[in-house]
Amino acid sequence: MAAGVGTAAPKGHIGRAMKRKEDPRLIQGLGRYVEDIALPGMVYAGIVRSPHAHAKIRSIDTSKAQTAPGVVAVLTGEDIRGAIAPVPCAIQMPDLKMALRPVLATDRVRCVGEGVAVVVGSDKYAVRDALDLIEVDYAPLPAVVDPEKAISKGASVIHSQHKDNVAYKWELEGGDLKKAFAQADKVIRQRMINQRLIPVPMETRGVVAEYRAGEKKLTVWSATQIPHLLRTQLAAMLGAPEHSVQVIAPEVGGGFGSKLNVYAEEALVAHLAMRLAKPVKWIESRRENFQATIHGRDQIVDAEVAVKNDGTLLGLRCRVIADLGAYFQLLTPLVPTLTGLMIAGCYKIPAVRVEITGVFTNKMATDAYRGAGRPEATYIIERVLDLVAAELKKDPAEVRRKNFPKPKEFPYAAPTGLVYDSADYQTSLDTALKLANYPKLRQEQDRLRKKGRYMGIGLSTYVEVCGMGPSSAMPAGGWESGTVRVEPTGKVTVLTGSSPHGQGQETTFAQIAAEMLGLDPEDVNVLHGDTTAVPYGIGTFGSRATAVGGTAMYLSLVKVRDKLSQMAGHILAEDPKKMVFEGGKVYSKSAPKKSLDFAAVVGAAYTAKTLPAGMEPGVEATTFFEPSNFVFPFGAHICVVEVDAETGDVRLQKYVAVDDCGNVINPLLVDGQIHGGIVQSVGQAMFEEAVYDEQGQLITGELMDYAIPRAADLPRIQTARTVTPSPVNPMGVKGVGEAGTIGSTPAIVNAVVDALAPFGVRHVDMPVKRERIWRLIRQAREGR
Amino acid sequence: MIPAPFQYHTPKTVEEALRLLERHGDEAKLLAGGHSLLPLMKLRLAAPRYVIDIGRLKTLGGIREVRGKIAIGALTTHAEIEASDLVRRHCPLLAETAGEIGDAQVRNRGTVGGSLAHADPAADYPAAILALDAEIVAASKSGHRTIPAAEFFVDMLTTKLRPGEILTEVRVAPMSAKTGTAYMKLPQPASGFALVGVAVRLAISRAGKVDDVRVGITGVGLKAYRATAVENALRGNPAEDKMFAEAASFAAQGIEPLSDLHASAAYRKEMAAVFTRRALHRALGRARGKAD
Repeated sequence: MAAGVGTAAPKGHIGRAMKRKEDPRLIQGLGRYVEDIALPGMVYAGIVRSPHAHAKIRSIDTSKAQTAPGVVAVLTGEDIRGAIAPVPCAIQMPDLKMALRPVLATDRVRCVGEGVAVVVGSDKYAVRDALDLIEVDYAPLPAVVDPEKAISKGASVIHSQHKDNVAYKWELEGGDLKKAFAQADKVIRQRMINQRLIPVPMETRGVVAEYRAGEKKLTVWSATQIPHLLRTQLAAMLGAPEHSVQVIAPEVGGGFGSKLNVYAEEALVAHLAMRLAKPVKWIESRRENFQATIHGRDQIVDAEVAVKNDGTLLGLRCRVIADLGAYFQLLTPLVPTLTGLMIAGCYKIPAVRVEITGVFTNKMATDAYRGAGRPEATYIIERVLDLVAAELKKDPAEVRRKNFPKPKEFPYAAPTGLVYDSADYQTSLDTALKLANYPKLRQEQDRLRKKGRYMGIGLSTYVEVCGMGPSSAMPAGGWESGTVRVEPTGKVTVLTGSSPHGQGQETTFAQIAAEMLGLDPEDVNVLHGDTTAVPYGIGTFGSRATAVGGTAMYLSLVKVRDKLSQMAGHILAEDPKKMVFEGGKVYSKSAPKKSLDFAAVVGAAYTAKTLPAGMEPGVEATTFFEPSNFVFPFGAHICVVEVDAETGDVRLQKYVAVDDCGNVINPLLVDGQIHGGIVQSVGQAMFEEAVYDEQGQLITGELMDYAIPRAADLPRIQTARTVTPSPVNPMGVKGVGEAGTIGSTPAIVNAVVDALAPFGVRHVDMPVKRERIWRLIRQAREGR
Repeated sequence: MIPAPFQYHTPKTVEEALRLLERHGDEAKLLAGGHSLLPLMKLRLAAPRYVIDIGRLKTLGGIREVRGKIAIGALTTHAEIEASDLVRRHCPLLAETAGEIGDAQVRNRGTVGGSLAHADPAADYPAAILALDAEIVAASKSGHRTIPAAEFFVDMLTTKLRPGEILTEVRVAPMSAKTGTAYMKLPQPASGFALVGVAVRLAISRAGKVDDVRVGITGVGLKAYRATAVENALRGNPAEDKMFAEAASFAAQGIEPLSDLHASAAYRKEMAAVFTRRALHRALGRARGKAD
């Protein structure tokens, strides 16, 4: 059980390991996803996509498809010219070269999977057949695939309006780097790669759009994480008045950031619905999802660290090459800068410098994928710490300990400019070491090494930045809305601007509301995702839903409870300040026997016969919460692996995760997020890699070739917590949606490198594929 | 899945299926469990005009003893083979191999006949079929014929089956005494197919020498093969690990190993040796009645 938390079950609803309210419908197949939506007269869309990474379009012949059975319409980029603006990018940076993706390409394609035409038909079979009848004459151009070659002289320029393939340069400097390196006893350098990843949510994307001409109302159902932002962007792309557009995110089957975006198909399907005066559905296939939904990571980092012989970190310099792909999606250029902001990790490094070069290549755009910049930063700094430990022949735990800021130093101003809210890194690490029985693990490692077996132990102590975030740092604002509406019968409807798609806020928000109003979570219904029902919100990403959206709701709950206290005090002739909400009753602390039913108090506020002077009828409150800072969850992970020296196979033997996300609303869901996050980073560390060949073909184009982790690849994950409340919000909560992913890749890779230490290996790139390990071992053996 | 249009036939008898196959020739494909054909049709890499679904022909299912051999109907699923008492008792190698295929869903739908007829170079069964010296029975309008496993696999996705033939059965001789078998594989991490799969049948003498040995290897080359160089190096020699290691080094002799995203030729070659040695070791343990 968690350190700092009692083992006794909590009395109230907050902190209770309640099962998810969402699950009964999901496991019974009663969830209603975009694919489940069927409207009268609905037609289906399919997209002709470029098979080339880079080519001129000479001509497109749609004549055969136009006359194919069941085909309703065929449109090319020319047919929609001027009708739909390009896919938006929300990021503004000095000297940023824009590269916006057209909804359908007209003269040139710049990555495999780029849309060139759309077919609409009476059923999806007719559409699929007609796609094969469209003849596109391409003149292939040299593909730019390797980001380093892309910015070398003579590379083919992907966007002819720009002089080269450099999209931007971004720098961050804190402290005196020159001095740091001048004072160093040692300087250690290492190149590290965060490979390109495909998000692979269980549900691919999908869009249904309906235009009701009489009402001039466009409704778009989309598998999105950001229904309100999508509505604003769709209105702009289509030139439609925003109040005539409704976006609904129905059940959404996972996103991991890949649905935190605005996609060409969302605008195209909406346009088709208006143009054809028919409801239109488009469902992305898995192959399309691999080619045309954003990818993540893809950063090459050259790190240099200056240290003293006692392990004190003096300075860190990182040069980052970020492969952005061919076009920007919503946040593409932003993600690498988050790597820069978190590069110092949870260590006191007096001087840091990060230089990022964002590069265009003929690939799908990279964008926010679970962790977005922070897993990259954590991987780099945590590998650096292990490199330092190895170089100085010190225990990796000792080197970490030496450089942590102390709890009393918080809020802690990092050299990168961020102010970390609260933490106790030392306790977190100690808890993990104790749980893993670290000294015994080291003994076991020695014992096995003598027998020719290669066990490795990897540590990672991470901090991340989430609860995104203060509006000053967020392109569309960083606040969130929360409405609490107590219905006349005493049941509660919560409307949140967050847009959960697997995180479980229908449960945790109900727990918070039930606790505050003395009700049962079953009395609370959490609505989200419908822009007509819910006040404007920002959405779910950056582990922000509870810290920001939950706080907005919490503040509304406070307002509602205050009002009902007034009402109850008025009825009971007691002091409103002494009202207690418990078990569906409201009573005064001074006269607990004289209680009212919660529903009766609410009812009185609605029937409004005897309201206190000056009180409005009704029981509803809305809050737009603006956080003063990000929140900074942290933790310590320990991974144990064994490497088969003959095959290079890595087996995960043990995983211990101690995480601190502040106060916990539901420990079951926190554990679930940590488990899922770790598994996703097992994917990056061990299996996943989006591979484009030299022609820019995505050769890991389906799940037969793109390996994701499976249950059998995983050890039991042992989780524990420390609790360091955040001062940034009244509930003291931080985020936990990405922490597992952010903290764990370096723990795994550090363990593998540790296992290979007898072979003189100091670094191995992800994924730690068998053949890669086998080659390292073979090289070492041949070198002897 | 939205394949290209096709005409779908469900013959009621093997004879009717053979007639349809003759009539439609190259334009027809047989559908059994669908785990090889349908993925190709989904991607439109295969677009047969006629699909003849033999999946419901009861006469092609079932496992029984026929004249001292275990006869396994072509439509028997991997899961049925994995669970069959008869197979586990008399040819445990086949049950072990079946259990290594894909995942539970694949094993519940995929069939032994379909897998063998498709002859994917990374499929699991071919290794076992070769190590077991199995016979493959094919029916045609002119009757039945039996093809020895050693001759069955011709090239990548190509077998000795002739146009107009249907694979109806696989026959395996029961394992003799003092024999141990093992199938060990290095799976491709995404698909689960064998990057290297080695099936061994090892018979040892009272004196502890290798009486007889068969080594079938899949995943390494364009087709599954018998590692005869390994077999020759072992036969008559002491059944011990040092000998196994030496013999296993010939596992890919004369084979040009495949090279792809998941394993280079050099790695496949080396892993063929590693997994051959490991499978020999395991088979030996089993021949001696030891737990793995």
